[in-house]
Order: sequence, then structure tokens, then C-alpha cells
Amino acid sequence: MAGIQISSVAKRFGAVAALNDVSLTVGQGEFIALVGPSGCGKTTLMRIVAGIESADAGRILVGGRDVTRSRAADRDIAMVFQSYALYPHLTVAQNIAVPLAMRRLSGADRLPLLGRFLPGAARRRAAIAQDVAAVARSLGLEAMLDRRPGQLSGGQRQRVALARAIIRRPAAFLMDEPLSNLDAALRVQTRREIVDIHRAAGVATLYVTHDQTEALTMADRVAVMMAGRILQVATPEEIYADPQDLRVATFIGSPRINTLAAEAGADGVVRLAGEAVGLVATPGPLTLALRPEDLWIAESGIAATAEAVEFLGESVLLHARHASGEPVILRLPPEAPRPRPGTALRLGFDPARALLFDAAGRRVAAHAPAERALV
Amino acid sequence: MDERRSWLADAPRLLLLAALGLLVLAPYVWMVSASLKPLDELFRASLALWPERFFAVENYGKVFARVPVFQYIWNGIVVCAGILAFQLLFAVPAGYALAKLRFPGRDIAFGAVMLGLLVPPHVPALPLYVGFSQLGMLNTYAALILPFTISVFAIFLFRQFFKALPDELIHAARLDGMSEAGIVWRVVLPNAWPAATAFAIFSVVAHWNDLFWPLIVVEGPSRATPALGVLFFRSDEAGDDFAALMAAAVIMTAPLVLAFLFAQRRFVEGIATTGLKG
Repeated sequence: MAGIQISSVAKRFGAVAALNDVSLTVGQGEFIALVGPSGCGKTTLMRIVAGIESADAGRILVGGRDVTRSRAADRDIAMVFQSYALYPHLTVAQNIAVPLAMRRLSGADRLPLLGRFLPGAARRRAAIAQDVAAVARSLGLEAMLDRRPGQLSGGQRQRVALARAIIRRPAAFLMDEPLSNLDAALRVQTRREIVDIHRAAGVATLYVTHDQTEALTMADRVAVMMAGRILQVATPEEIYADPQDLRVATFIGSPRINTLAAEAGADGVVRLAGEAVGLVATPGPLTLALRPEDLWIAESGIAATAEAVEFLGESVLLHARHASGEPVILRLPPEAPRPRPGTALRLGFDPARALLFDAAGRRVAAHAPAERALV
Repeated sequence: MDERRSWLADAPRLLLLAALGLLVLAPYVWMVSASLKPLDELFRASLALWPERFFAVENYGKVFARVPVFQYIWNGIVVCAGILAFQLLFAVPAGYALAKLRFPGRDIAFGAVMLGLLVPPHVPALPLYVGFSQLGMLNTYAALILPFTISVFAIFLFRQFFKALPDELIHAARLDGMSEAGIVWRVVLPNAWPAATAFAIFSVVAHWNDLFWPLIVVEGPSRATPALGVLFFRSDEAGDDFAALMAAAVIMTAPLVLAFLFAQRRFVEGIATTGLKG
């Protein structure tokens, strides 16, 4: 039984198609990161799953149940918002208790003053208080249960928002860029905490982010979205090493993957600026893409000119320029010799790690020819 | 730097504020002073704030003896509380709907609210009077309260304020299982405390001091509001006894003044605690 099933969802805002036939399945207990640049439709998709926004077409299933027409409250989904959306007028304990109070207490129970005297209300309230205390303990929030959100730091608010989401044990979690308001150090720490919470809860999670590092480090699978379409869904390793679309290849990875215009001649030999690079593909114009760490300085190979060097600690980035004017970045070990700016270089690479894309940006198969011509 | 500024640097500012404050308070101070003086001293050519002979007991005694002061004040409380309660009951959900919900005709509805702001209250006074008269409802609390239960100004004020509340807060409330009514009263209103307070002050002051409408629909002291009571006192009881008249005015304004002195801190608190995401 799948946690969240999104099938063929479409949404238009006026003349703009925000979502175009989007389908995605988050398995039971799976963590999927939905990553893409701003405005790609990822937040719209999440809001449609949550029931905040309605889809023009398509269906949403949560825990196997069709919720396309259900109200947000009836979908059995908890969401963590980018701004945390805590109730500013309630204490931390009250904030965490709201989802339970809305489900376990009747309307009469919740009346101010009067509700306290109804039969059973006191017992139900005590049970809620117990659950709140348990969740607060698991997230280290016991000391601040009586404070208001305005008195908490960003990281603490974040944890209150998480507590409010997990307390009611929903069928699915939605998280909308929950780390974007935290500083860098806290972000790394909270990343781990969210993954741990997900492991412990074992609930299908859809995590929206524009930060590819978050997506790659946290998710079981990554869904890359652009211009209202999901381009590829795969494990982080696969997305990085085996992208099926040029846009996925350039979006994932930092620094950006190097792209060079190439061409496969009638004989199928791929040539870069007239030189064969040791690959064979179907004839036509191509883009040759190479990760910075898959390039090295060699005796022969792609001609380029060194421009600048950046020291990153664990590695060195060498900025160079290909003869065609396109920039090329190499990631070198820190102890490697650093060429002076202006030096003419030859860059080698392993053809097995080179990626080829056709004119439409689709991945094409690249074969190494039997005799390794170059490199 | 700023906190350690010398008292001297603040002096011009404080002086200006004090002068303006005095100017605004002068009539009130004069009223209190006059209510403590005997009549002959009041009409002397010289201006003295401090009375030579205290006549407070006589002046205030006259007021309490001759008019049902507590009846007027009670009427004032009933009318102001009734009006404010209904205004909030209607304006808060209306403001929420106009600010945060999407429905066909919303812009037209908001346009109608804006149009309503342009109509002075005196324009519908005559038709309203005829209506209440036909229904036999003159001289009732209902006649004093009903015309003011829907305040377009309140709808407009709340709509503007609610617009500034983050949408995510409302989405979170919906996901947590709250109904729209629950969102209005449990999430939106508690976070709109400054707007509600500002409006409450506005509404209570306006209707406590209103003379125009009570004068039209009320006869005799049984339903008279404080402002109307002072008027009755002048014409019927005090004649030209201005000292007693001033005493009556002090009594009628006292509840408002006291209420604001007591509530002042809460109002400021209300404004300070609206800390959403920083």
C-alpha cells in the first residue's frame, strides 16, 4: 500500500500551466525529496496534495484512499510549513496539542470554561497532555512548553512545528522547505533530526526543497521537477551519476556539471571541436557533459586554458575555458599541481563516465569504441 | 547610544508634547475645575483653576438627587456593549472572508463595503426612524443598538488587518482540522488583537458620546444614554446652573476615563505580543 499516490495531476493559473500531468508515488515509509528551481511548481504540487489548493485534473491517494475531493483536515496528512505557521497566541504545548484537540475533543468539549465540566472531557484532556509531553520529550522541547513561539529561536520553532506534525501519527508527512529559515550550521543538524524522525515514524514523506544538497543527503529517492513536470525520479546516487535529462544533470551537483557542444558525425564518432573524444553515438548535434571530478589534466585530450584556482580545503577547483569559449571546471585533489592562469592545458576523462544528451536535452547512449582512440 | 541620551536632549520633544497634551486636556481640566466651584465663583472675570470655596458636595449632590445617573450609565453600558458585540460578531467573519477566502463576487462585496464607508450615518437616520416607529420599537435598547450592528468601517479595518496574517497560518489551521468558524475565532481574532482593541476604543467612544441617534429614538430617561442624560439635565433640572451641569458631565465621562486608565496596559500589551515569525 502506497503512502502517497499522485496520478496525472494538472493545474493552471490563468494561462500558465503550473503542473503538467504530474505523477509520483511515495511508498510506505519512503522519503522522497521533490527538488527544483523556484517557480517549477513543486510547492503547488505539495499544496494540492495537502488539500490547500485544488487540482484541475488528476487524483491524489493517501494510504490507498482517494482524497482528491476531501477537505485538508480529512486527508490524514500533516504538513510542516516553511514559516512553521505556529499559532502565535498559543503556548508551545497548546500548539502541539491543537491537532489532537481538534480530533479527540468534541465541539462542546472545546468550549471555553464550560468544556471543562463535561463528562469525559477531563480524561480526554489528560490523555492529550500525556501525548504532548511524550512528543516534547522526544524532540527536547520539555523546557519550553509554556513559552510562546515568539520567545523561541528559529531552530526551536522548527522543532515545535515538527512536533505538531508527528503528534497525530498521520498517514503522510509533507514538508515545505522546512530548513530554509535556519542558518547553515543548524540546517545540517536539523537535516539529520528530520531523517531520524522519519525513520522512527516510518511514514511516507514528501519533502519539497530547492536545495539539492538537502535532497541528496536526506531522501531515499529524489524527484527533480522543472517547468511543471517531473523529469526524473531516482535514488540520489542515480540522479547524480545517471541523469536522464540535461536539465537534471545541470541542476544536480555543485559546481555545475560541465557541458560542451559536440557532434556525432555520420560515422557515429563523437567529435568535440573537430577532435574525436573516444565515444560513439547516433549521428547529430550533442551535448557532452562531464562532472568536475571526472576530469583531469593529461598529456592529450580536450584543449583548454587555465583561468583561476579556488582552494576548498578537501579539494581544489580549477576554472578553465574550452577552446570554444565554454567554461570548464575541474575538481582536483588539493596536493595536485596548480597551473598558472593562462597556461594551455589538455584535459582527460574516462569515456565511461561521460554523459551525452541530444539536441532536445534527452540522454543518449554513449558507447566507447572498441579501440580507445584518445585519452 | 540612544538609551543613554541625556534628559536635556529629550527636553524640547517632551516640552512640545506636554504643550499639545495640555491644549487637548484643557477643556476637560476646566470642566472638572468648574464642577468643584460655586456658581458665583464660576462667573467671575478672573480665571482660576483652584476653587476658593469647594462646592463639590453641593454640585454633585444636586446631580445625583435630581437625575437617575446610574440608569443613564447602565443604559450607556448596555448600548455600547451590545453594539460592540454585534459589530465584532459580523465584522470579524466578514473581514476574514474578504481577506482570505476566494469566492465569486468577493470584489463586488468589497466594493459595496467601500461604498458603505462613503455614506454618512445621518443619511439613513430618517428612514430608520420611520421603520422603528412603524414597528413600535422606539424608546427601546433595540432601537439604539440595531442600526449600528453592522459597521462597514469595522469590516474594512479587519479585512486590511487579516490580509497581513500569513496564509500558511490559516492553511496550518485547516490541516489541523479546524472549521472556518474555528479559524476565525480561535486563530484569526486572537492574532488581530491590536485591530480589535483599536476598533473597540473607536466604537465605544463614538457610541457612548453619541447624541444624534439617541435624541431621535429615545424619549424620557428610561432608555437615555449618558450624553442624552446630560442634555435632559440641562434643560429640565439644572437650568443655567453650570457648575452642576459640569458635575453631571464629569460623572457621565468618568466611566470611559476610568476604563481607559485601567485598560491602558493591556492595550499596549496587545500590540506588543503579536509576534509572528520574525
